[in-house]
Order: sequence, then structure tokens, then C-alpha cells
Amino acid sequence: MFILPAIAGFGILTIVPIVLSLIISFTDWNFLDGLKGLRFIGLRNFTEMWSDKWFVDSLRNNLLFAAVTVPATIVLSLLAAIGLNKGVYMKSPIRLMIFMPYVSNIVAVSIVWGTLYNPSMGPINSFLRSMGVADPPGWLASSAWALPAIMIMTVWANVGYNMIIYLAGLQGIPRDLYEAAKIDGAGPARSFFRITLPMLSPTTFFVMITSIIHSFQVFIAVFVMTKGGPGSSTTVLTYYSYRTGFDFYKMGYSSAMAWILFLIIFLITFLQWQGQKKWVHY
Amino acid sequence: MEQKLAGKRLSLPKLGLTVVLAAFGALMVLPFVWMLSTSFKLPIDVFNYPIEWIPKRFNWNNYQRVWNGSQPFDLFYYNSVKVTAITVVGTVLVCSAAAYGFSRIRFKGRDAVFFVFLATLMIPDQVTLVPRFIIFNYLGIYDTHFALILPGMFTAFGVFLLRQFYVGIPEDFSEAAKIEGAGHLQTWLRIILPLSKPALVSLVILSFTWNWNEFVNPLVFLASKELYTIPLGLTNFIDESGTDYTLMMAAAVSSILPVIVLFLACQKWFIEGVVSSGVKG
Repeated sequence: MFILPAIAGFGILTIVPIVLSLIISFTDWNFLDGLKGLRFIGLRNFTEMWSDKWFVDSLRNNLLFAAVTVPATIVLSLLAAIGLNKGVYMKSPIRLMIFMPYVSNIVAVSIVWGTLYNPSMGPINSFLRSMGVADPPGWLASSAWALPAIMIMTVWANVGYNMIIYLAGLQGIPRDLYEAAKIDGAGPARSFFRITLPMLSPTTFFVMITSIIHSFQVFIAVFVMTKGGPGSSTTVLTYYSYRTGFDFYKMGYSSAMAWILFLIIFLITFLQWQGQKKWVHY
Repeated sequence: MEQKLAGKRLSLPKLGLTVVLAAFGALMVLPFVWMLSTSFKLPIDVFNYPIEWIPKRFNWNNYQRVWNGSQPFDLFYYNSVKVTAITVVGTVLVCSAAAYGFSRIRFKGRDAVFFVFLATLMIPDQVTLVPRFIIFNYLGIYDTHFALILPGMFTAFGVFLLRQFYVGIPEDFSEAAKIEGAGHLQTWLRIILPLSKPALVSLVILSFTWNWNEFVNPLVFLASKELYTIPLGLTNFIDESGTDYTLMMAAAVSSILPVIVLFLACQKWFIEGVVSSGVKG
């Protein structure tokens, strides 16, 4: 009885759409034509994708994005957490400052960073020029630098969140382990690699999975800052799927892409889950 | 007494680490500071270099232009508040009821259903956008605030968070209530709910933040400008202001402020919410 509202709502709002989406992905459907425009075309959406430049670029960008931002985020947040945990003054304010980007509205943040990245006049390039860099990157206007620009902003926004998770993980490591290590004569580096890292492996696993999943869900930054450009250098699966469905009204194709996205996320998560037996200690 | 004296000495390595981390923290906050300071500048001063952290010429006008300007920013604010508030209340009610069901009431297949709930967390929003668009159209709630409130209320995450917490509440409490003759409804209202205050607060705060910052749902499901929430209104604003950066920054500040204030006031809950959603899972 209690769970009825939740299940009903959830059923209509989530389960049904999921099933529908799967069905639609096998169709060619221009929404504006109404229901009569729905034509089943089997797997054609899925096969066509691979010759679609925007799709392939989206996929490539997503993979690049994950490959760069996830390790960067993990390393930075781990280091920050360790530092904070070791003992610093002003622990609370520092923690606050690092976490603040995470709670802020990504739209507003994208706008601010978009301005910071202004190639000719923005503060970032002005700073670089003053440091002697003769030809600073074109950032959002350059097809080579646009994706890295978004990556930087994304890492900035997420370090705080992951740092908090690591902090919690660190605090769960029993002190006695370190005491014992000290007695055995282990230095700080050794105890880090032999105790801290292994004990943190469940946390690292969690951080890694959530970071990867989130990295595949990048959307707002691309939508607000670059709309996939210049060219198709910053398009990602979420963005292209949206564009196909709501700018071009090709519902079938859009749904097909969304499902590919899901499959990728699922696959990566599954592989990680299997892999954890090898390196995660509980 | 000796310990007190020892504690007063500044430890050098600790100081060093503090400086490093404080610098890192400052770096993180820098964009915000720039945003704030630019919102008070005159347009031509925006890109002055070396950066004028405190504007030499203050321009209070920008905020006025944001709020009284061509876009109904105050309407956006009202919409955001309204949608977020209703969604948060709805979320708490629905999710806590569901969590109670999943943790305290035994029925066949309970854990299997819960698992399905959880599995959907992995499904990206993109998958459900198109079908929801169609369903909402069909139900007639497209381009209404309902289209935002309903998906926000029925979140698997909320159920998960609360259920984990409920499972941690010892059975004795509900047992005692049962002995007193209380039914499930009473037990839930009188005992479990009050006990789960910490988790509820975390849920409220997290839920508020997400819903306030929600962009994709309004983008897809709203068409009339009068219904726009802040994130969406902000993008419109940008398109219109073009290169008037001071105006854009003022608008950005106005959008971010409520959540930052909430965050500063309730940091502990925020952080606890983040941790309990992650580590205990």
C-alpha cells in the first residue's frame, strides 16, 4: 500500500517510457507526422549510426571525455582528501570552497566559464599572455581545444563531490593499521601504498563508477557553451540524441542513440564490476 | 596543562599543507569571485587586465537590468521556487512512504522490485526523454509545471536513500509500536518518520539542489516562456544579451545565490547527504 504511489508514478514515468523508448528505437518516426508516420524499420537505425559522422564523433568524444576527466578527478579529489584528512588549519572553509562548484547551477557556471574562456579578451588567456605564452589556445572557438576546455570545467565542478566521498572513506580506515605500520618501520610513502590505497579501494571503485557514468551524461555544458561545435568537435551522445529528437524530430534515431548510450554505460559498469574482484579489498 | 601549551605551537608541516590546500580552494572559487566582481562592472571594464577584482567603477545597474529588464526574471524565479518547493515536498512524501514499504513491510518479491528500482538509476535520462515527451503530450500535461514536478517526485534515488536509512533503524521500535496495537500507518508517522530526520533533511537539501538546477527537463517539456524556470530562463537571457557580459554575470549570480546560501547554512547536512548516498550504498 505504501509503495503504491511510488510504484504507480514510477511505473508511468519511468518504466513505461523505457519500454516505449526501446520500441521507438526500431522505428523511423517523425513526430510531427503524428502516429501514422510511425514505420518499423528494424535495426536500420542502429546500422546507419556508424556511418553518421556526428554520431561517431559523439561516441569518440564521450570516450575521450571519460578517459581524461575520470582519472583527473580521482587523482585530484584523492589528493585533496588526503591533505584535508592529514590535518590542516581552516579545514572547514577549505572544504567549503572546494565543494562549492558542485552545488552551483551548471547553466550559470557554463556561462561564466564560457566568458572566462573568451580567446581574445578573457581572463584566462590574458593571464596566459602575461605569463609569456605567445599564442594561447582558442578554447571554445578552436576545434582542438574546445573539448579540453569543457573537460577542465567538468573536473573543476566534480572534484569537490568526490573529495567528500574520499574523506568519508579515509575516515573509515582504522588508526591501528597505521600505528602497526609505524612500529614496523614503514615510512609515509610505504604506508600510503600498502595501507591507504588498498583500504580505499571500495571507495575508489565507487568514485570510478559514478564518475564514468556521470561523464557520459555531460549535456548542459555542451548545450550552453558550444552546441557541439566548432564543427562536431564537442558533440556528445546526449547532445546529439537530443538534437536528433527535438531539433530534427527523428524520434526513432534519437531513441536508438539513447539506448546505445545506455549499453555503453552498462557494459563499462559491468566490466568494472567483474574487475573489482581483482583489486578491491573489503 | 602541558598538553595545552604543546597544542599552541604552530606545526610547520601542517601550515605548509594548509597553504597548499587553501591555494587549491582559492583556485576553485576563483571563477565565482570573477563572476561576482564582473556583475558589478561597467561593460567596457569587463576584460581589463590585470584583473580588477574589485571594480574601480561600480555599476549597480546590472542587477536592476536583470530583474526589471526585457526578460521576466522575477517570473522565472517564482517558477523555480514554486516547482522546486512542490517537488521537494512531493518527493519526501512519496519516497518515504515507499522506503517504509520496502523496509518494514514484507511482501512477496519485495527485494526484486526494489532491485528493479535501483537498476533504473543506471539508465540515462536521454532514454526516457522522448517517450516522456510523447506521454506528456498525450496526457495533456506538456508545457505545464506538472511535467517538471512529476518526474522529480518519483525518483528512485530518494527511495534508495531513505530505505537504506530505515533498514538501519532497529526493529524494536516497530515491534514496540505493534505491541501497542499501532498499524503500519501509525508506526510510520509516529515513529519512523521522526527518527529518520537526518536522512530526510539530507534528501530535502539534495532534492532542492537538483530540482533548482534542473535544466534538461524544462528544456524539453516547457514551451511557454511564462513557465520557464531559472536555468532555462538564464539561457534565454544569454541569447538576448549577446555580449553584455556584466548583465550575464549578474543574472548568473542571481541564479546561483539561493543554492549557495542554502549550502552555507546547511553544509553539514549537504555533506552527510552526499556521503550516505554513496559510501553506505
